[in-house]
Amino acid sequence: MALPQIKVDATEARLAALTRPEGGAWVSAARGDALARLGAMGLPGRRDEYWKYTRPDSLTQPDAPQAALFEAGAEAPPFDDIDRLRVVFVDGVFDAGASDDLSMAGVEIERLADAARSDIHWARDLFGVLEVRGQSPVERPLAALNTAFAADGILIRVTGRATRPINLIYLRKSDASDVILHHCIRLEEGADLTVLENGPAAARFNKVMEVDVADGAAFHHVCAQGRDHERRAATHIFARLGRESTFKSFTVTVNGQLTRNECVVELTGDDAVAHVAGSVLGDGDFLHDDTVFITHDAMRCESRQVFKKVLRNGATGVFQGKILVKAGAQKTDGYQISQSLLLDEDAQFFAKPELEIYADDVQCSHGSTSGAIDEKAMFYLRSRGVPLAEAQDLLVLAFLAEAIDEIEDEAIAADILTRLEAWLSRRRG
Amino acid sequence: MLEINDLHVKLEEEDKTILKGVDLMIGPGEVHAIMGPNGSGKSTLSYVLSGRGGYEVTGGSATLDGVDLLGMEPEDRAAAGLFLAFQYPVEIPGVGNMTFLRTALNAQRKARGHEEMSAAEFLKLVRAKAKDLKIDADMLKRPVNVGFSGGEKKRNEILQMAMLEPKMCILDETDSGLDVDAMKLVSRGVNALRSEGRSFLVITHYQRLLDHIVPDVVHIMAAGRMIKSGGKDLALEVEQNGYADLLGEVA
Repeated sequence: MALPQIKVDATEARLAALTRPEGGAWVSAARGDALARLGAMGLPGRRDEYWKYTRPDSLTQPDAPQAALFEAGAEAPPFDDIDRLRVVFVDGVFDAGASDDLSMAGVEIERLADAARSDIHWARDLFGVLEVRGQSPVERPLAALNTAFAADGILIRVTGRATRPINLIYLRKSDASDVILHHCIRLEEGADLTVLENGPAAARFNKVMEVDVADGAAFHHVCAQGRDHERRAATHIFARLGRESTFKSFTVTVNGQLTRNECVVELTGDDAVAHVAGSVLGDGDFLHDDTVFITHDAMRCESRQVFKKVLRNGATGVFQGKILVKAGAQKTDGYQISQSLLLDEDAQFFAKPELEIYADDVQCSHGSTSGAIDEKAMFYLRSRGVPLAEAQDLLVLAFLAEAIDEIEDEAIAADILTRLEAWLSRRRG
Repeated sequence: MLEINDLHVKLEEEDKTILKGVDLMIGPGEVHAIMGPNGSGKSTLSYVLSGRGGYEVTGGSATLDGVDLLGMEPEDRAAAGLFLAFQYPVEIPGVGNMTFLRTALNAQRKARGHEEMSAAEFLKLVRAKAKDLKIDADMLKRPVNVGFSGGEKKRNEILQMAMLEPKMCILDETDSGLDVDAMKLVSRGVNALRSEGRSFLVITHYQRLLDHIVPDVVHIMAAGRMIKSGGKDLALEVEQNGYADLLGEVA
């Protein structure tokens, strides 16, 4: 079907504002393919079903909307107490000076901008490959745009157990930066890696992370999305899981004008486990959208989605979560919960949970709730002397904690919780 | 200590009057018990005093050491020294019992202009008090009241009371859902807290709790008013004859 003219025009206008990065044979082929695919699908428009609750305009317009930098004050950045290898990007450009030495036993870390110069690279089998797989049955044009135009990012290949997490830190110094980053992570058989991400990144950020988890490997991911009020972000994770492998991803997001986090996971090997979770605090005119698509294509796999959003003062939350169980994916165990706590009447939450099952011996459940704070619990806390605002924050944290519990590493989970506590108490004054 | 005069209360959402002129005076260090048939307004009285929403005071007053309670927020009443041991303690998933206790304790200290208690000091104190009530480390770690048995919940209420050291304690049917051993344990906890400066209002259906927590005064409440007051023997009388005679006397 031909694209409507309005989409063609919008896509062309956006492409005109972008420069195709130079590169060697492997990367040029992938970029060319992505550009062709993008041309065929066009950028998302507000009439697209997949963008029903989130208007994509500011993500697709030719230039990034201005976004004032946010003064976070004296607080320490996330993960500061965790022993980790830091990889720093400033407005989307790798900063070697601010980063740690990129060597770690059993782990190859390389900048995409460097790897792209060669004509052949291991990442050829991954760059844009999982993204393509994730384009069906639902199109994700912003991810195709990313593959076509990302000039930088990080490529990580893990052959053993990484001795410490890799922390991707996205600093931002410009109020008009329009950043596209593309990461590829390959965990070889039995490998183990944790990736942490934080920082405001850009006025407008388009990030793709492709993660290939081979048999028996384990990938953990924890992301603290920047608090900058005016930033916009569209991120995609595309993961493929081999036999008996593990993939666990958690994202905490506080404010931000517009955030769309898509996570597309394909369980292709038997007995694999995928957990995707998120906690959101929206206080103001912010929109946060979690869109998750999990495909079970092997036996006895487990998937779990746990999303919690606390919204007030006009904040909007969106959850679109799907579990697709293909024929033959018997003994699938799929679980999905999305919940929102609406602290006032100006907040809203849209949830679209979907199950599509073609196997007959599976166990899948989903639930979605949205409600106000528990008045009984509030009174109980206040009757013990806890002031109203503090009591509310305690219950807010308790609500979010159920998603934070999905983080396996206790120190990292504690870091996230402490941060949320501090943010809440500062807001209280 | 606690002085209630001609208190009238109706439900906020309904045109239904629950308390129809309650008078009560509890002096420092005294233990008063309120008994009465179902629907007489006993629990409502405890809620109105502690500040739960949903009620409207249409007349009368309630003061604690001369300070008007009814105009205060629930947290301010707590800081002023009022404590309600709930009939149905609330479960709060996600909030650790220790965090809850410490937040409450420090909030009250702050409200009274005292320094916050350090983590180490708090830990020492809570362990000692928990031990007396046979509350183990696991119960302290778990989310507030979640998965607690009826007895554990009530012991947890008494632990909070012991930690917060209020001057006016209201026990709303603390004996409900308790077996004999649990009731003894809870009573011992309450008795340990009895002191010259601390008063108690014990609301109960049954005389047997008052064998363990021996009251100075027993009040009988019916249809939103105190209809009779007397010594601890009044409770025995009720136990033997029921309320019918008393209600008849008044009528």
